Amino acid sequence: MGVVKLTVDGIAVEVPRNSYIIDAANAAGVKIPTLCYLELHKDKRGDNASCRICCVEVAGRKNLAPACATPVMEGMDIKTDTDRVINARKMMLELLLSDHAQECLTCSKAGKCGLQDLCYQYDIKETRFGGLMNSFPMDESNEFYVRDMNKCVNCRRCVMACSHYQCTNALDFASRGFTSHPTPPFDDPITDSVCVSCGNCVSVCPTGALLPKSVDKFRTWEVARTLTTCSYCGVGCQMELLTKDGKVVGVEPADGAANNNLLCVKGKFGYNFINHPDRLKKPLIRKDGELVEASWDEAYSLIVEKATKTKAEFGGEALAGLTSARITNEENYLFQKMIRAGFGSNNVDHCARL
Amino acid sequence: MTNSIGEVLNSDVVFITGSNTTAGHPVIGARIRQAKERGAKLIVADPRVIDLTSDADVFLQIMPGTNVALYNGMMNVIISEGLQNKAYIEERTEQFDDLVKAVSSFTPEKAAEICGICADDIRAAARLYAQADKGAIFYTMGVTQHTTGTEGVMSLSNLALLCGNIGIESGGVNPLRGQNNVQGACDMGGLPGDLTGYQKVANPDALAKFEKAWGVKLSDKPGFTLCDIVHKAGHGDIKFLYILGENPMVSDPDLNHVEEALKNTEFLVVQDIFLTETARLADVVLPAASFAEKEGTFSNTERRVQRVRKAIEPIGKSKADWVILSDLLNRLGIEANYSNPSEIMAEISSLTPSYAGITYDRLDQLGSLQWPCPTLEHPGTPYLHKASIARGKGLFKGIDYKPSNELPDADYPFVLTTGRVLYHYHTRSMTGRVAGLNKISPESFIEINPVTARNLGIKDGEKVNVSSRRGEISTTAKVVRTIKENVVFMPFHFAEGAANVLTNPALDPISKIPEYKVCAVNISPSDRVSDYV
Repeated sequence: MGVVKLTVDGIAVEVPRNSYIIDAANAAGVKIPTLCYLELHKDKRGDNASCRICCVEVAGRKNLAPACATPVMEGMDIKTDTDRVINARKMMLELLLSDHAQECLTCSKAGKCGLQDLCYQYDIKETRFGGLMNSFPMDESNEFYVRDMNKCVNCRRCVMACSHYQCTNALDFASRGFTSHPTPPFDDPITDSVCVSCGNCVSVCPTGALLPKSVDKFRTWEVARTLTTCSYCGVGCQMELLTKDGKVVGVEPADGAANNNLLCVKGKFGYNFINHPDRLKKPLIRKDGELVEASWDEAYSLIVEKATKTKAEFGGEALAGLTSARITNEENYLFQKMIRAGFGSNNVDHCARL
Repeated sequence: MTNSIGEVLNSDVVFITGSNTTAGHPVIGARIRQAKERGAKLIVADPRVIDLTSDADVFLQIMPGTNVALYNGMMNVIISEGLQNKAYIEERTEQFDDLVKAVSSFTPEKAAEICGICADDIRAAARLYAQADKGAIFYTMGVTQHTTGTEGVMSLSNLALLCGNIGIESGGVNPLRGQNNVQGACDMGGLPGDLTGYQKVANPDALAKFEKAWGVKLSDKPGFTLCDIVHKAGHGDIKFLYILGENPMVSDPDLNHVEEALKNTEFLVVQDIFLTETARLADVVLPAASFAEKEGTFSNTERRVQRVRKAIEPIGKSKADWVILSDLLNRLGIEANYSNPSEIMAEISSLTPSYAGITYDRLDQLGSLQWPCPTLEHPGTPYLHKASIARGKGLFKGIDYKPSNELPDADYPFVLTTGRVLYHYHTRSMTGRVAGLNKISPESFIEINPVTARNLGIKDGEKVNVSSRRGEISTTAKVVRTIKENVVFMPFHFAEGAANVLTNPALDPISKIPEYKVCAVNISPSDRVSDYV
């Protein structure tokens, strides 16, 4: 494959021949701001490249080049921080803002919004380009997320995620020029499309255009994030649980070997069972035919008494346990240890077959 | 899985059989589609037109219960056209003649008649799979939940060996496990005859090792399997039953029998996060913490051990299962003073060769490890049988097709098969409590072909009664073209209108898996008030 030598802001780097300028900048330790670019899309970079925030100067080229979509060439001399580059980025941001519903005070994306962060970085307080704005109707038809195209920056991330990663093909761009926007076919509500509510578009959206319908209100800086493994099927997707005040308030995908930043509808949106009022909160013991609340000590004593008595009277063969494909490895280990060592039989199985 | 999920991106051909992947394992479904976009060919064999059918190069809409006939037909084509991997067979397998003998009379025409498909489609599938450099097979319960489930899996193993697809990257025979930690429950000795890492209780050396570690005498007699345990509990042979995080009152076959058995169980303990249908029958219910409230590990379908981390404190007075089990072990006189699940993993690693190199420190550092991982330096094993087949040589087993245990007849003329929907998980104890999921998929239904529905006078959306030799339920008809005439499908998630009231508890003699995928039923419109009253 070979390597290419080039310089980024005067720093000499060597990168593999099929790299892009953004990779060379990373190798040089130079951070180029991005909006539409997504690591997830690394094998489809040339297909996306829509926002031009990552534009850089390449010596000898007339136009600025998008770093995310421009392949490296031998001897390239790249400048990422010149006045021309900064002004171009500011112009891009002003143009994006000129057609953006600026509801930052109440938008739940505030604090992790790609557009807001860039405007902060480049001191964009307002846009010079007032006048016509798109006014798309909100699509609240999906059970789990809202589509508000008035906050869309046409970055195409949702279309890329839906078409090339989730591969459901529910979205693409419609209309041209100023009114161009990502949409399900015929601008119908998303529920009328082939959408399977996986929420992968929501996870990649840089702005408030696609937002989960969270039951709880929270700001991004209020939540703790815990990297864990999804508890539904056997794929083992890695995810972050967002928690606030002892409650799971959201889920975001993580880059696990099995899921590569994708989740399904259950993993992404099916978390409200955790804090559901139906959760069992105390041990229950059957008294006079009814299950009534009891202390842990009472429950433990009764179980141990019954187990010991049954074992003494009928032998270990009269005791059995069904362990669970839902609990952890460590817990399964302890359960079979309890059945084998504590109860004295090998009558332990679980629902692997069901 | 013999191989890893990510490897599918480089497979040349993916054969999906008995797996509605985009519903049961959605993210693997997405990655199979990514593979398709990168140029892989897709073969889908299923009794229903599933979501992935639209991506398939060859689609085989087989009758439920005819997997072995299909695979035999495919292998007949491969051998008669000389498409098998002769060098691989010579070098890495044995008893090839046994296979040749079994499939030589299984012409594609014969298979096609049994499966209810075209012989040429079988030929096309066989050629496609055989001519791939890297062919991956993915299957789930559509293969295993039959009285011939084990034979179905062996038959797939024959097919993979025949084409040299075991022991290579992006190939393999890949069962997709249904539950987050079903692989781990098996690995950890949650099986009647197996200690951790599939060390047999009947193996005196293994047993001695555990006796020494645990400081007690252990039984060398394999225990009973799930269906036997439930049955024996109902008859008083088992007097004490402890059910942890399972809901057999919805998930087991022949639910009327299960309910009777659990009601008759002398002492029943249920430990769960909700008061499930099963917990309602218990003598003692212990409140467990959810996965968000504890530390631990899950092992996914590709043998990948990954961390579970505590995000919130246990709800109410509930406790993590490992805390409850430690408390009980201590009270039963077996010392269990673990301050953190990492210490339990250390004990597991010390007793389990395939987990010996797995520690929390390494998992936190590397993200995950795939067993076998025999030492602390071992990087884990992305795919199995690489240097050689684990048992020495890949064994061909000639397998003849056997029909399902219960076939349609005059009284019960339709074949019922069961499965999952995307929006629910198992018995719905979790997804049933997520409002949006319930709105999208609110209730039990039965898929019926338009011709069958017309013959029965049933319209889409109408209530119907469905009966089998085990019981009768009421559900809603969904008239769809995605299923063949005289075959019907129901999801098993729902306690109301439960498919498993109908299903056949006949077991595979080896794996003891019930035949959920085929039973005979009758269908009739629910009594409705006449429009003319």
